[in-house]
Amino acid sequence: MASRRQVRWHIIVFLAPAVLVYTAIMIFPLFNTLRLALFTEVGQVRSFVGLDNFRTLFGDARWSESFWNALGNNFWFFVIHMLVQNPIGILLAAILSHPRLRFAALYRSAIFIPTILSFVIVGFAWKLILSPIWGIAPGMLDAVGLKFLYAPWLGKEEYALTTLALVSVWQFVGIPMMLIYAALLTIPEEILEAGECDGITGAAAFWKIKLPLILPSIGIISILTFVGNFNAFDLIYAAQGALAGPDFSTDILGTFMYRTFFGFQLQLGDPHMGSAIATAMFAIILIGVCIYLFGIQTRMRRYQF
Amino acid sequence: MNKARRSPVNVIAAHAVLITYVLIALFPVFVILINSFKTRKAIFREPLALPDADSFSLIGYQTVLKQGDFFGYFQNSMIVTVASLFFILLFGAMAAFALAEYRFRGNTLMGLYLALGIMIPIRIGTVAILELMVSTGLVNTLLALVLVYTAQGLPLAVFILSEFMRGVSDDLKNAGRIDGLSEYTIFFRLVLPLVRPAMATVAVFNMIPIWNDLWFPLILAPAEETKTLTLGSQVFIGQFVTDWNAVLSALSMAILPVLILYVIFSRQLIRGITSGAVK
Repeated sequence: MASRRQVRWHIIVFLAPAVLVYTAIMIFPLFNTLRLALFTEVGQVRSFVGLDNFRTLFGDARWSESFWNALGNNFWFFVIHMLVQNPIGILLAAILSHPRLRFAALYRSAIFIPTILSFVIVGFAWKLILSPIWGIAPGMLDAVGLKFLYAPWLGKEEYALTTLALVSVWQFVGIPMMLIYAALLTIPEEILEAGECDGITGAAAFWKIKLPLILPSIGIISILTFVGNFNAFDLIYAAQGALAGPDFSTDILGTFMYRTFFGFQLQLGDPHMGSAIATAMFAIILIGVCIYLFGIQTRMRRYQF
Repeated sequence: MNKARRSPVNVIAAHAVLITYVLIALFPVFVILINSFKTRKAIFREPLALPDADSFSLIGYQTVLKQGDFFGYFQNSMIVTVASLFFILLFGAMAAFALAEYRFRGNTLMGLYLALGIMIPIRIGTVAILELMVSTGLVNTLLALVLVYTAQGLPLAVFILSEFMRGVSDDLKNAGRIDGLSEYTIFFRLVLPLVRPAMATVAVFNMIPIWNDLWFPLILAPAEETKTLTLGSQVFIGQFVTDWNAVLSALSMAILPVLILYVIFSRQLIRGITSGAVK
């Protein structure tokens, strides 16, 4: 018995580097951030204050207004993605997945290009294009007689957030497209042919046969979009700066946390309030992931071919 | 294939939709690239025209190369991306092998623990990560970025690679064991070469987010000598906002490396996504 219980060192050696790096850089800081949210700092001394930071965040009018503003904006950001990005992605994938469509690989690669660009490039490129100074957007609208529609979208409080959300949609449409495309390719030809025998073709085949089969993929895309959106920061920062102008109308949780953590203009940075916001983000993402894992994924019917 | 499913009208409509969307996808990139080669006047007079002999100018690129250390930024991005990918693949494959190959107590638990990070973004822990880097003196070093990206990439890498490693034949490994190979030799000589396609998929998935990240370079390594290309162009453009030639050229120079990487790796990337590695 004693010889059987010897330590198999190679297992430890194989696991150690990954577990150490992952624990030290990801898990430990994650929980440390949650812990730091319970502290505050007065004159270089860190002291435990319990839930005071959260009381400030939700109770103090100045803070709670910014927080709910950022959260509301974040939800709108997410809604736009769900309503625009995913349907467009599904449509493109449905068209691309037709067998014998010519140039499919070319289209696929081209549509995916925005996804590989950095937020900095995307943010600035669209800022320039939509800018009234350069005049590409008004010029193009003028060419089709719609100039009256033009407004400096990124500069107007009521449009800026929606515009940025659409820019983000433009950038990321490639991801739902690819994932749905992959799911559509796995549907066996026999099923579609069986449908055809029953007179289900074209659009009807899509709605009645393919769509139910790709629902699990749509679920995955939704949760990926959710996590991505509630931890977004780069695009807003690149296009509108840390102040998320005009007048905080494009402020989302990521930019709010960054501003709180590092400070801006006259306000000093506060890592503890920053941690409190991070904790709130963590809770929101966790709730979203749980709703997906326990509410949606387990109820979804999966088909095995 | 049944002909009834595809009438010519449908085919034309399909191509029309796809071409429209390709134009939407490529238009901004195209506009930035062509205007970066024009004089300031031409940029504003005819923003949609291609540069010609009259309007051609490299003034923007000259400003960029003189004012910003773009080669330095590029080098930093390259070091960070390559080093992070190396560690993600090495550590990820090792852990995946341990989880897939050996039965030991806590195996499932360890798998779940490592998988936590797939859904929870590492950015949530930024405050404590910065504190950790300050206390270990790693702020403004590329190593800080490499560590963070390695930690960020590991969960998905372990998940994907262990799926693949379960598919490697046991007979092969046992033959190696009978020949007296150590577990390490079996891993490095027999298993690693067999999962190379999966490693390539993991590499390509991680490459672009690491290269493009703005958040961690901004927070952990904002010093001039450790700026990555993404942060460098962000800061440069912020400073030169009114110099349109310089801004457009800086954008083009930031687009180019990613575009080249994409052209090289797009097959791998698309095959990786469509083969269901992320399902």
